[in-house]
Amino acid sequence: MRQLITLIQKEFIQIFRNRTMLPIIFLMPLIQMAVLVFAATFDLKHIDVAVVDPKPTQSSRRIIASLQGNPLYSVNRYTGVTDAEKSFLSDENDLILVFPTHFEKKILHDGFEVQILVDAVDSRSAQLAVAYLQETLMNQIPGILMNVSGLSERSIQKARLHVIPRYLFNPELDYKQYMFPGLLVVLTSAVGIFLTAFNIVREKEVGTIEQVNVSPIHKTVFIVGKLIPFWIIAMFEMAFGLLIGHLFYNITVAGPLGDLFIFTGAYLLLGLGLGLLISTFAHTQQQVMFLSWFFMMIFILMSGIFTSTDSMPLWAQKANILNPMAHFMKVIRMIILKGSSLSDVIRPFLFIISYAFIVLLTAIIRYRKNEI
Amino acid sequence: MRRFIGFLKKEFLHIFRDSRTLVFLFGIPVAQLLIFGFVIVNDINNIDVLIVDHSGDEVTQEIIQKLSGNPYFHIISSQNTEPYEDLFKKGTIQEVIVFENNLSRKYFIENTASVQLLADGSEPNKAHLIVNYTQGVLQNYFSKANPDYSNPNFNVRMFFNEELRSPYVFVPGTMALILMLISAMMTSISITREKEMGSMEILLASPMRPVQIIAGKVLPYLFLSVINAGIIICLGYYVFQVPIEGSLILLMAESILFIAMALALGIMISAISPNQMVAMMISMFALMMPTMLLSGFIFPIDSMPVLLQWISAFMPPRWFILILKRIMLKGVNFTYIWKETAIIAGMFIFFLMVSIRKFKIRLE
Repeated sequence: MRQLITLIQKEFIQIFRNRTMLPIIFLMPLIQMAVLVFAATFDLKHIDVAVVDPKPTQSSRRIIASLQGNPLYSVNRYTGVTDAEKSFLSDENDLILVFPTHFEKKILHDGFEVQILVDAVDSRSAQLAVAYLQETLMNQIPGILMNVSGLSERSIQKARLHVIPRYLFNPELDYKQYMFPGLLVVLTSAVGIFLTAFNIVREKEVGTIEQVNVSPIHKTVFIVGKLIPFWIIAMFEMAFGLLIGHLFYNITVAGPLGDLFIFTGAYLLLGLGLGLLISTFAHTQQQVMFLSWFFMMIFILMSGIFTSTDSMPLWAQKANILNPMAHFMKVIRMIILKGSSLSDVIRPFLFIISYAFIVLLTAIIRYRKNEI
Repeated sequence: MRRFIGFLKKEFLHIFRDSRTLVFLFGIPVAQLLIFGFVIVNDINNIDVLIVDHSGDEVTQEIIQKLSGNPYFHIISSQNTEPYEDLFKKGTIQEVIVFENNLSRKYFIENTASVQLLADGSEPNKAHLIVNYTQGVLQNYFSKANPDYSNPNFNVRMFFNEELRSPYVFVPGTMALILMLISAMMTSISITREKEMGSMEILLASPMRPVQIIAGKVLPYLFLSVINAGIIICLGYYVFQVPIEGSLILLMAESILFIAMALALGIMISAISPNQMVAMMISMFALMMPTMLLSGFIFPIDSMPVLLQWISAFMPPRWFILILKRIMLKGVNFTYIWKETAIIAGMFIFFLMVSIRKFKIRLE
């Protein structure tokens, strides 16, 4: 026990002595959490529309004015369609709205008709932009039809179906609430997996591990002494991150805070175990970096941080069972956003615990004191 | 010159003798492209939906039948008495559709009726898609049942990507990300490694000039990165059918400029970091996540707060992604991308100047 405490003390002294590491451990996450969460939105808040209206009519002017009055759009006018299409080449416009030459006459004969040309390189934004423009136009249509045709409102639109969406747990579909837990997962995993692996291999590379290996310290004690400081740091990062979320984004943990930390603690055992395991496969820091990068990247992309894991193909969902970040990502969102408690996530919890146990055991067995 | 070639050989040996390095160099781009291509799908399917039918007339029955025939929906029996919120929490349902009572009478006689949709907002993107899709199905049903004059005709035409395929976004994005990370990280780590191990001392004491040392460090990575760019473009072309409309020579020239910029950034990082751990943490936190999130690769830059849009202007991949998309998908010539090219060239010169000033020839 005394050995263990001394080892932990040594680790902390080493970490806090390093003037460049400290700001990286504490300042970088702060900046990341403060800045990057704002970046993560799939919503469109700005659409550049090119308008081509060869023979302006009262109705087309009315529509253009309504677009100009809407802060979502900035309207650029073009005289010809070819000119407008050329503007796609330099990404000046997202959409082109083309009115037919005899717009009002056409309304009387064939009904409301316009053309919408779309720069569809980014298919998601393109579809969203079209949907928004159509919605804006739809609001104008009954008025314009009444004006041009002189028909009553009743004969233009017979009945209306109101579809009222309501979003639970996040009524305004605030992407910040979605991204924040995701970045928290990346942050704690980075500290857990990377720093541990790096730290151990650094001792190997610099040669100080030899001194520990010839000492009477048992390898389990040595490993536990390595893991505990990083476990504490990662837990601290978690608390720190939650505090930032509370101060910056007003995100409060809907579920019990204690349960969140219990789960995080269990997850970190797994993360640290993986870090340790990686370190037994590498001799230099460079190799550790490659290995952990490779796994981290796959873990992050498949964890569902940007897109839901439910829509992945079945084989990927099965492979994801082995992805620790996918489990943590799901659970952390459930606890923070939906207010689930540990009893709701007891199955992933037990899974993570046993996973951690297996990984740690493998790593300890693989770690050899007499390795050169 | 002979000396330099010898040094260059040593660097190549360093890289090639370790299989882990090679796996990393070439495995990451391939793995990432395949994940984006086959795993990250933004479609929704099998939405578990609970229908609460207060009306129970033939119209709602018909809609329910329509929905159960739709492959996107999976209808859960409405006998459940548990509160919706608990079902959402457990993840057994993803949507609830509530029909008000007397729906068909309200719609066809009183001319206004309403349907409520409940979705799980903790995944905003998915919730939005689900609600939009359901809304479309419902509106479509009613406008067919009761056609009127207000149906407009929007002739929508998609340019450059008629089938709305996602590789058109992720292939250029991955290319920018990978070239940036690998070039910058590999050089910074390999230079700081020499510093940390003390072998930098030997190199500096040798008759080689510092410029030669740095060039020798950087050239192998330039070579490997160009190969990497080629692999990504080929995978994009043959596996994901991403066309190259513009000139291939221009595309490669722009890629080499971008790689050179990333290498200069790597030299700069190595000049300011005392050891590998710091260099790696800088590459990790200051490069990976910001590059992914602020380059317009995943999230549209136009929707970000103004301050972040400014910050994203300092992210080199942002400009490179624009260049790639324009050359590959829109087939433009140099006149449409000279501004972006000038920005990347400017960054290259800046990083190079800073590294030259910061690079210490003497040891402490």
